[in-house]
Amino acid sequence: MAKVPVQFTLNGAEKAEFIDSGTTLLNALRDKIGDTSPKGGCHQGTCGACSVIIDGELRLSCLTLAETCNGAAITTTSGLSEGGVLHPLQRAFLDAFATQCGFCTSGMIMAAKVLLDHTPNPSRDEVVEALSGNICRCTGYEPIIQAVLTAARSNSQNAA
Amino acid sequence: MELRKSYFADQRKDDLHEIGQPRPRSDSPGHVTGKTAYFADRNFPGMLHLKMVRSPHHHARIRSIDTSEAEKHPGVVKVLTAKDVPHNVYTILILIQIGPEDETVLADGKVRWKGEAVVAVLAETERAAQEAAARVKVDYEVLPAVFDMEEALKPGAPIVNEYHGRNYYLYDSGECRKVRFGDVEAGFAGADHVLEQTYQSSPIEHAPTETTGCIVAPEGNDRFTCYTNTQAMFFTLDNASIILQMPGNKLHFVGGTVGGGFGGKVDVIVEPIAILGAKLTGRPVSFIYSREEEMQISSPRAAEKVVIKDGVMKDGRIVARKVTGYTDAGAYSRHSPYGAQKGAGHYPGPYTIPNVWIDTYCVYTNRTPSSAMRGFGVTIGDFALEVQMDKLARLIGMDPLEFRFINAYRDGDMKAHRQPTEGAALIECMQEASRTANWPVAEKFMAMSSYAKGA
Amino acid sequence: MALALQTFSTVKDANAALKAAGTRYLGGGTLVVRAANEGDVSVSSLIRSTEPALSAITVSGGKVRIGASVTMAAIARHPDLASLAHAARAVGGPAIRNMATVGGNLFAPAPYGDFTVALLALDATVNIDDGELPIETFLAKRESNHAIITAVGFTFPADGFRFLKVSRIKPKGVSVLSIAAVLEQAPDGTVSSARIALGCMADRPMRATAAEKALLGRTLTSDGIAPTLAAAGDGTSPVTDPIASAWYRNEVLPVHLGRLLLG
Repeated sequence: MAKVPVQFTLNGAEKAEFIDSGTTLLNALRDKIGDTSPKGGCHQGTCGACSVIIDGELRLSCLTLAETCNGAAITTTSGLSEGGVLHPLQRAFLDAFATQCGFCTSGMIMAAKVLLDHTPNPSRDEVVEALSGNICRCTGYEPIIQAVLTAARSNSQNAA
Repeated sequence: MELRKSYFADQRKDDLHEIGQPRPRSDSPGHVTGKTAYFADRNFPGMLHLKMVRSPHHHARIRSIDTSEAEKHPGVVKVLTAKDVPHNVYTILILIQIGPEDETVLADGKVRWKGEAVVAVLAETERAAQEAAARVKVDYEVLPAVFDMEEALKPGAPIVNEYHGRNYYLYDSGECRKVRFGDVEAGFAGADHVLEQTYQSSPIEHAPTETTGCIVAPEGNDRFTCYTNTQAMFFTLDNASIILQMPGNKLHFVGGTVGGGFGGKVDVIVEPIAILGAKLTGRPVSFIYSREEEMQISSPRAAEKVVIKDGVMKDGRIVARKVTGYTDAGAYSRHSPYGAQKGAGHYPGPYTIPNVWIDTYCVYTNRTPSSAMRGFGVTIGDFALEVQMDKLARLIGMDPLEFRFINAYRDGDMKAHRQPTEGAALIECMQEASRTANWPVAEKFMAMSSYAKGA
Repeated sequence: MALALQTFSTVKDANAALKAAGTRYLGGGTLVVRAANEGDVSVSSLIRSTEPALSAITVSGGKVRIGASVTMAAIARHPDLASLAHAARAVGGPAIRNMATVGGNLFAPAPYGDFTVALLALDATVNIDDGELPIETFLAKRESNHAIITAVGFTFPADGFRFLKVSRIKPKGVSVLSIAAVLEQAPDGTVSSARIALGCMADRPMRATAAEKALLGRTLTSDGIAPTLAAAGDGTSPVTDPIASAWYRNEVLPVHLGRLLLG
């Protein structure tokens, strides 16, 4: 089995590994690098639990081959808090009871982060659209939508 | 969040400090930082991957199984068939004396539903396991199948499960669970109106975001640690102990946060065969359902059919209710005999009715075995009952909420299965619903109480 | 055989590699990697090309060329393709749109492939390294295609491009069906030319030729489109899947086609 090198930054830190060619980014992150915050819910591109941010774009790590990410900057939910201080989205998800089983949470936060990075004050419709590729089977979505709107408000207050 | 302390104020001291207060969930900080550990968030050196060869037929005899090519496939470490499983025929509720054992861990001589596990392949990689699984040759003789409960109950229908010998579960009460209370035929005879309606549902899949699975690690001392997302830890441990004929103290089960269950992870399906694989290879084993397996293989909520016949008076009193419920267990019992029994106990709903007759059947068909899901045995029944209540109210020209006040059970009422009602709160719930939904009812209903006599 | 990826800087070299057995071209991964994840062991070698032209969009003089590796998200945000944006946004959720490519969409089986329905109504050409095919010809035998799709091209209609996706879940749901239409109207309002493409009404996008014919010379009014709606189901053989049955798709097709034409 051919091993191939992969090298990228993960949450700002340089990572380099030899992996089996054809390994998905999801499996490389979880099994080789040890970041288990992206989850494998469907491996079909349907549930969004594996969502990560690659060079500023939301991607599904289950359908992305790791070796196509050489040189990329990858962000996952495990890298969002800094120095033990939660990111505003994490804080809002916590406060708004936007998590139940937690399995979709990492992917939801990734999708929400990309939205707020580009659209700091989204409408409710924009939030719904941004989260539309992420399935939650517990909450009924409403607390999640509220958490994202709350995080956007707290961001804009901080910026003001 | 608001706690209405005015209800039942005379029944308790007003000393609640935690209830009614929002408190952060203890698991949320782990969820939002991606640090919560689910069973699959671990990786052992040398871990093998288990893939199942499944039946493509709804009902078939197995003439032969040829695993020779799969065994030779690069990366394959072990191929398991029925003969490798120490106690292959089991049923999960045997722990509470609900038999007979009627399900195979790996199919032996016959498959009874499309997707049934036949051969387990353990390999170094998922890919190698998938490739080898495709090389297992199973020769089937396809048998007539039955998918409809009424068809299954007809004389001459194909027998789905020989361990039962008939297409329904035989309770100690006979072919169904029965509740008999008062004289239901006399009730119908004296009623102003009689309404009989049939309600049906299809199977419903829980579709948890995290699929069913486990990882088993041999501890080197003849003990095995099983990291699992089961919702029924000790149930699974005890059944694994029976299936593997291993004392429970050899099995260490580690649970934790489950990525959504909704009742879909209470069956004992992945753990015994993964532990067996770990035992026979001496290697860690991962057996995790694909999304397709989760949707097609894991137990759904049973399909149900509910026939409700009610006798009602013009003044709103229901005087007789006869319910016949059918639960589609699929090919094997799992939790369905219990689900059907729960249905019998649950009808006639939260209403006081003097004449009640209930029969609930647990029926076997060649469909995916059904099992637990959020209020199984009663949820579909509640849908049927409450639609029926609306129809009855319309029939006699009464407001549907007032109709329910008239029939709601209250403390001291005798229920059909002869348990006196205690701690009822239906009247108060409906009063609050009336206010919140702005659906006014007559003042006398707002003055009622579940427990104060005469009110 | 384990799965492996080979990357080539030119389409030519990638095409040469694709001649080997067990190979398949990797675009955005939403079809190919999904199949591998689900246990499709027929493919052991994934081939891709990083040739820059595959990712280019050019619009000049009403002529549009979209490289096969261009994603749905790139189309949706391109200022010159604004009238196509909602067709591109009909595909998947935000993450899928950042990955799913125009080339891949041409191969997506029903109930997927909504963007290809738009391309079919636009009467696009499908380009390969040494030639091009009308999209209808390509779709009819896409299983036997072994050459890398390099781009799609079409002439932008002045106006009159319409697109509708029907799904049970909003905003992101798999198609019950999708419809695209390109209509030209004479000064008196009657339809002088019509191309109508349907998604999910067969195993791949198809033209509603009988409905198109019935629309010629008619006005876009309830009465005017009645013969078109009556002919909408001609030649369809919809898929039955967890989203909808073939019967349901045929039942609702005239309703949605009517909304598209009158909307």
